[in-house]
Parts: sequence; C-alpha cells; structure tokens
Amino acid sequence: MHWNKTRECMNREQLRSYQLEKLKETVDRVYHNVPSYRQKMQERNIIPEDINSLEDLQLLPFTTKQDLRDNYPYDMFAVPLEEIIRIHASSGTTGKPTVVGYTRRDIANWAELMARCLTMAGAQRDSVVQISYGYGLFTGGLGFHYGAEKIGALVIPTSGGNTRRQVMLMKDLKTEILACTPSYALCIIETLEQMGLNRQELNLKAGIFGAEPWSENMRAELEERLGIKALDIYGLSEVIGPGVACECMEQQGLHIFEDFFIPEIIDPVTEKPLPEGQAGELVITTIDKEGLPVIRYRTRDIASLSYEPCACGRTHARISKLLGRTDDMLIIRGVNVFPSQIESALMATGVAEPHYLIIVDRVNNLDTIEVLVEVSETLFADEIRKLEEVRKKIASEIYSTLGINVNVKLVEPYTIERSEGKAKRVIDKRKI
Amino acid sequence: MFVTQISVFLENKPGRLAQVTEVLRQNNIDISAISVADTSEFGIVRMIVDKPKEAVSALKAAKFPVSTTEVLAVEVSDKPGGLNFALQVLNEANISIEYLYSFIKRNGDKALILFRIEDSAKAVEVLQSAGVKLYTNEEINLL
Repeated sequence: MHWNKTRECMNREQLRSYQLEKLKETVDRVYHNVPSYRQKMQERNIIPEDINSLEDLQLLPFTTKQDLRDNYPYDMFAVPLEEIIRIHASSGTTGKPTVVGYTRRDIANWAELMARCLTMAGAQRDSVVQISYGYGLFTGGLGFHYGAEKIGALVIPTSGGNTRRQVMLMKDLKTEILACTPSYALCIIETLEQMGLNRQELNLKAGIFGAEPWSENMRAELEERLGIKALDIYGLSEVIGPGVACECMEQQGLHIFEDFFIPEIIDPVTEKPLPEGQAGELVITTIDKEGLPVIRYRTRDIASLSYEPCACGRTHARISKLLGRTDDMLIIRGVNVFPSQIESALMATGVAEPHYLIIVDRVNNLDTIEVLVEVSETLFADEIRKLEEVRKKIASEIYSTLGINVNVKLVEPYTIERSEGKAKRVIDKRKI
Repeated sequence: MFVTQISVFLENKPGRLAQVTEVLRQNNIDISAISVADTSEFGIVRMIVDKPKEAVSALKAAKFPVSTTEVLAVEVSDKPGGLNFALQVLNEANISIEYLYSFIKRNGDKALILFRIEDSAKAVEVLQSAGVKLYTNEEINLL
C-alpha cells in the first residue's frame, strides 16, 4: 500500500532531476536568507550557481548540531519569524537544546511524510492508531499525530507514561497500530503480563518503533510477543522529526523519502563519501523545507544506504537499520563496539530479556565491560550451577560477536531503569 | 511425596533478605525451613512455608524472581548415624544430591532433612523401600 504512489514510486531518473531542481532552490534560499550558511559558502568560494548536479552537493559545507547551538535560537531559520507557526526542540541533555521551526507548509509536508510511514504499516481511514510517543517539544507524538489524522485514522493520543491505562485503552479501543519507542513497547509487554492479559485479547496488527536503535532480535521478540509486524522508523528533529525514513512490509531497510531529503553516507573521520552498502555516518540535506532547511546535516547516526529496487515498488533508497551513533560508539581495547551489538548477542542466547546496562570502566589501564542482565522468570533457576551457566552463555555469545571478554552480572528484575523515551544503555566511567 | 520449595533470587545487597521475610510476615506466612546459597554477587534463598501458593504470589507482586521446586522432606532419626542411613541408601542406588538443608521443626525424636535430587522419582522409590518416611506439605503443616 502506498500513500502517494506518484512520488514514492517515481522512476529514479525523474527523481534525480526533481532533486536537483529542489536542491538548487534550497541552496539559493539559504545563501540569501541565512547568514551562517552564506558565510560558510563564501569561505569555500562557492555561490549557489556552482550547484549544477547532484554530485555538486559535495562542494557544500556540512552542518552540525553545534551550528544550530551557535545560532540558538532562531538564527538559522530561512524565513521571517512570522512565517513560523511551530517550535520543537531536542532534549538538550548536553547544553542548550536545538530549536527547530516549522512553517505552515512544513507542518503539512510533515503530515504527508508521516501519512506515508503509517500507510507502510497498513494504516487506513478505518484504522485505530495509538500514539505513545511523547507529545510536546519532542517531535515524536505530534509527528505521528498529523500523519494519522491526514490518513483519517482514529487517533488515540495517549502520549508516554501511565502504562496500565495505555494497555487498558489498547484493549478496549481495539488499537491496531502502535507507535512508540521499542523500549517502551517492551514496557507495555511487561505491563500486559502483569495485568494478566495476553496478546490474543488485543487487536494489534503493526507497530512503528523508533527514536532509538534496536536490533533484529528485538524485532523478533516484539513481533512474537505482540503478534504484530514491527517496523522501524527514522527521523530527527533537526531534519523534520519522525518520517524521514520508514520500513515497508518487506522489512529490508528504511525508505528515505528522497523527494524531501538527499542522503549521503560518509566516513565520520575523513568526511569522504563511502560507496553504496558501506556503513558510515548518515548525512541529510533537506530539499523541501522552509523554516529550517539543513544542508549536509551530520546526523551522527551510523547506517548504510542501498539503491537496490525494493519489492514494495518504492524507488526511494533504503537506509539500513541504525547500527549506532558516532558518539555512543564505544572503543573498548581498540575494538569498536555498539551497544546494539551487545543487545543482539544477549537476545541470541534466548534466555535474556532485553533489559540490560553496559558499564564501561578502566581498571589498571585496561578497559573493562560489565553487562548487567536482569534475571527474568524464564532465566531464573533454583540452582547456582544453572545460573552460572547462563552467565557464561551470555558472556561467550558476546565474546563470539565482539571478540571481547565481558563480565556478566545477574541482577534482580526491574532494577535497570525503565524508560518511556530513549533507553539509557551505557554508563562509561572511564576517565581518559 | 514431594514438598514444594520456594526459591528467590537475590542480589547481594544489604537488607534484601529482610525484605523477603517482611513480605512473608505481612502475609502471615510461616517459614518451616530456610537456607541461603550464595556466590560473590547473588544468592538464592530456599524456603519451605505453610502457604506456598500465597507466598509465591506475594513475592511476585513484590517483584522478586521466584520459582518453585519439588524437594523431598526426609525423616531421619535424630541420633548419630541418622542422616548417614538415608545418604547410604541413595549412594547405593547411585543417586546424587544437588543440595540439602534441615528443618527447623522436628517430629518427636525425628529430624527432617530436605533433599533436592535431580532424579527425585527414583529417590522416592529407593528411600521408601528402605523404610524411610517422606513428608508432604500437609504433613509438615500439622507438625
């Protein structure tokens, strides 16, 4: 099912010429309306007229989160403030938040993008969609809300929290499509079990989970325990919010909506483009955004890109499931480690719940990793010998994936903090 | 012929065991045998109580990982050689024991020992044919 077949299945030649036209417009607009972009381009001796092909994108400077902070709050907006009708902001855990602005047209485009994503998950006019992403400054809740309303589905805007009520409404109102973070979906599953309900009493068909990286094993777990198709969605507030890319039912990567965004994959260190299929940092240029257009925005997310045709008929490129972030990649004794790899190893043992915490420390100049794993009812055995076997099994699975030794510590259930937004998976105590 | 034993997983943290006994106290549950097995990081508390079902649901509600295991409550005479007799019977039948611990209560001049045995059906058979008495939960509650 497609929301906008003309755009989503446009042949690639047409798409590329459309992209070039929109890119030129965008570059021209930011050059004339945003002083910091003009200055950066002037430093490189570039004028908008130098952009004559999609490859010329590489002439343009990158934009980073720091640029947005330096221009806090409004100096990177490309329209006068009276055109802006909405502000969203990142969590700003490190310093000032990044503030993003939307014009009326930006909000309408966002609704279009989210309608495409929800349609991928099977949403239609008669569907019931429950949105358990936070509503407010965070883009998750409202982004989904607009998309679902545009389709004409029945929207249940529960936002995050009060999980027991969420589950009650999910059952009573026969929710078909659930939108939340994957870690919150697990929290919902636990609550379901605590309330003595099983998935047969629900009407769920699909879930759209995003805002944090999650593994294929986690997908298998969510699909089995909720009896759904679990789809991954990608987005970031600096670009527009959720709806930048989403998985179709083929589940072979996330289609990035190329009529709005041009993706690139670069080596985060050398900043050079990487060939198709190779994993690196995802860089996005918006080509149809008024309020806050971004040129070559460094997302810090690690993914690869594929232009192979997809069985769903969409021609837009696909990004892989996120492999992590350039800034939470851990370097342990010289080995690059992403928390998602530890999660995969954990799930592959078949005994552990995906509630874990990675504690990195440095003892006598040697990096150590401790992985805290909650003892679930299925994992708990009455004999110490069996619990020790579980510990060893988890440690050896992690060793075979990453080649590093970790100390697995079994902890009581519910002692690892549950999050209703993004889960905190790593504590790095190293002082380097 | 079996007795239901409750096991609780505990991290080695101050006060955790007291939280388990507090849950049992609040639910007016009596403990008739208890043992703690520990490693450097975690421990397992094993107990025989008068109301195992209530104990399990109360502990689960308090978010403790709980499991139940069938163990044997073996009567031995409380004098030199009493436990040795039961162990010899098992040894001769080539049955090995995972762990054992003793009851707080006794029955006259008899002591009660709890045995966790992998092949418990076979253990029941050889113990009973050697004339060893085994207790059920109901019989323990009557002591």
